[in-house]
Amino acid sequence: MNAIAESWSKLPRMLQVGIVLALIIATPYLIGAVEQTSNFALLSQINRALIFVVLALGLNIVVGFAGLLDLGYAAFFAIGAYTFGVLTWPNLGIQASFFIAIWICAVVAAFFGILVGTPTLRLRGDYLAIVTLAFGEIIPTLVRNLDEITIRIGDWVILDKFNLTNGPQGMNPLGRPDFSFFEGIFNMQPGALAVSFDPKFWYFMIVITAGFVLFASRRLDMSRLGRAWKAIREDETAADFMGVDPIRTKLLAFAIGASFSGLAGVIFASMIQAIFPELFRFQVSIFLLIIVIISGMGNVFGVLIGGLIISTFDGVLLAQVLPQILPDVDVQSLRWVFFGAGLIIFMIFRPQGLFPRKAKAAVIPTALAAEGGD
Amino acid sequence: MAALLEARGVSKSFGGLIAVDTLDFVLEEQAIASIIGPNGAGKTTFFNVVTGFYKPSTGNVLFDKHDIGGRKPNQLTRLGIGRTFQTIRLFNNMTVLENVLVGMHHRLHASFFGAVFQPPRVRREEEEATREAMGLLDYVGLKGHEWDFAKNLPYGLQRRLEIARALGTNPKLLLLDEPTAGMNPNETQDMTLFIRKLRDDRGLTILLIEHDMHVVMGISDTVTVLDYGKKIAEGTPGEIQRDERVIEAYLGRRALEMLKHDD
Ligand SMILES: Nc1ncnc2c1ncn2[C@@H]1O[C@H](COP(=O)(O)OP(=O)(O)OP(=O)(O)O)[C@@H](O)[C@H]1O
Ligand SMILES: [Mg+2]
Repeated sequence: MNAIAESWSKLPRMLQVGIVLALIIATPYLIGAVEQTSNFALLSQINRALIFVVLALGLNIVVGFAGLLDLGYAAFFAIGAYTFGVLTWPNLGIQASFFIAIWICAVVAAFFGILVGTPTLRLRGDYLAIVTLAFGEIIPTLVRNLDEITIRIGDWVILDKFNLTNGPQGMNPLGRPDFSFFEGIFNMQPGALAVSFDPKFWYFMIVITAGFVLFASRRLDMSRLGRAWKAIREDETAADFMGVDPIRTKLLAFAIGASFSGLAGVIFASMIQAIFPELFRFQVSIFLLIIVIISGMGNVFGVLIGGLIISTFDGVLLAQVLPQILPDVDVQSLRWVFFGAGLIIFMIFRPQGLFPRKAKAAVIPTALAAEGGD
Repeated sequence: MAALLEARGVSKSFGGLIAVDTLDFVLEEQAIASIIGPNGAGKTTFFNVVTGFYKPSTGNVLFDKHDIGGRKPNQLTRLGIGRTFQTIRLFNNMTVLENVLVGMHHRLHASFFGAVFQPPRVRREEEEATREAMGLLDYVGLKGHEWDFAKNLPYGLQRRLEIARALGTNPKLLLLDEPTAGMNPNETQDMTLFIRKLRDDRGLTILLIEHDMHVVMGISDTVTVLDYGKKIAEGTPGEIQRDERVIEAYLGRRALEMLKHDD
C-alpha cells in the first residue's frame, strides 16, 4: 500500500491528473460492462453514493470543521430539492431552467442555514443538536402539508388551497438540464442532447458537482475561514479572544454547509424526477453523520472515500447482493443494526475514524514552498 | 509616557460575590506591570473584564483611548489586546502553525470565495502569513514543531505557543495569566527573561498575573496587589516588598506581628 502511494507521489502532476480523469471517465463504462453480466443496478448506486458524498462533505463543514453537531442536516437537502421542485414542476408554471434554478436553490438553502443557525448561536453541544433535530423533523412535515395553502385576511383571499408541494404524492416530473442550445451550435439533430434517465449522464453531472465540492472543501480546510471554523470547534472562547468572531464564523459554516446540501438536493431531484417528503427523513441525517464520523471528521478525502464505501455498501451489498444470497433474511430491516453497530465499534476502537486528518493538510502548498529555504 | 490602559472604578460581581471591587488601574505604554494577590483575589476576573469577556458591573475601561464598553473579545483583539490563559487553552487538534495563524485571523482578509478560488492576492496573503507565523514560532523557541498537533507539545512549549499565538494578533498590550505556573526554576528563569525580551524587542506593554515572587520582583516596573477584589497596594517591587498590608494579606496578621517582633 505504502509502496503504491510512494510511486504515485513521484509521478508528474499532469500524469496524476490524467490518470485520475481517465479512471473517472472509464468508470461508468466499466461498471456498465459489469452490469451486463449481473442483474445488479450498480451505476445508479454509484450516483447515489456520490450524492451522499456531496452531502457528507457539506455536513463535514458544519460538524467536522466547525464542530457544530447538526442532527437535521437532511432538511437542507430537502430544501434544495423542493426549491428546485417549486421552480421547475410544470403544474406551478415557473419551469425555470435547471442551470438557473440550481444557483437559486443553493442560495435558498444557504439562507435557511442562516435561519436555523441564528437562534442556535448561543447554544452549545447537546442543545444545538436538539434544535437541529427538530428542524430536520419540521421541514419534511411542513413540505407534506404545503399542498393546500389558504391565506385569508378578512374577506380578502390571497391564496385558496394553493398546492405548492403536492403533499404526500410528491412532485413529478421535475426540470432537467437542457443542452439544446449546443445542438444548434454543433449542428446536431434536435433532441440529440436531451437528457434521459441514463445513469451515465447523471454520473458525469454528479462527478462534476462532487469534484467542485471536494475542491472547495479542500481549499476551505487550508484557508483563513477553515482555520477559524476549527478554532471554534476546539475552543470557542479562546477563538473569540484570538480575534475570531464566533457568530459570523458559525453562520458561514451553516450557510456554506447548507448550500452544498442544496446543490445535492437539486441534482438528486432532477435525476430521480420525483421527490416525496419521506425521502428526507431523520435517517438521512443520521446516515450522513455516520459517514462523517466513520470516515474521520474534518478530513475531506476521508469523507470522500468513506462516503463512497459506506453508501455503496448500503446500496449494493445490503440492498441488492445480500438479499439474493440470503433470500430468507430480511436484510433491509437489519440495515440500521449494521450502521448502529458500526458506529459503536468505531467509537470504541477508532474514535478518530478511518482517515484521521493529517497535519500537513492544513496549509497552501505554495505558502510552504515560500518557507522552503529552511 | 501615555497610559495605554486605564480602568476607572471597575467592579465585577457574580451574584453576591464581588470579585473585583471599584478598581482603579493605570498602565503606561511599554511598561511591565504585575498583578499579584492571594487565590480568588479577582486577578483573572480583571483580565476577563479588560478583554471584554465580562462586562464590568460598574466603572469603565479605556484602552488606547477607546472605551472598551460593549466590545466583544474579538473586537478588542483587533484593537490590540492579546492574552494567554491561566490554564492553557490551545486549539489542541490543530497544528502549532495553525494555532498561530488563527491568532493572525483578524489581520487577514480572505473569506469563502477567496478561500475557494485563491486569487493571487489570497495566495500572497497566505504566504506572508505563513512566513510570519514561522518567524514567530522561531522567536518563541518552537522551531521544528510547526507540524505537531498542539496537544502533543510538552507543557512548557504549550505555554510558549500560547504566547506565539497571542503575538500573532499583533497586540499592543499583552496580558499573561500566570505564565510560569507549573514550570521548574530553570523554565521559570527562561520565561522571565523572555518576557522582558518581548517588551524590549517589540515595544509591547505587558501586564502579568504571577504568583512567583522572584519573577514579579525581577521584571516588574510596577506591582499591584489585589485582595478580595480590592487594590490594597501599588508601587515599585521594592515598595511592595516592604508594604505591611501586603505581608498581612499574604501571610496573615500573626505573621506580620511576628515579623515586627523580630525587628
Ligand atoms: N464565572 C464566575 N462565576 C462565579 N464566580 C466566579 C466566576 N469567576 C470567578 N469567580 C469568583 O470570583 C473570585 C475571583 O476569581 P479569580 O479567578 O478572578 O481569582 P484569581 O485572583 O485569578 O485567583 P487565582 O490566583 O486562583 O487564579 C473567586 O472567588 C472566584 O470563585
Ligand atoms: Mg486566576
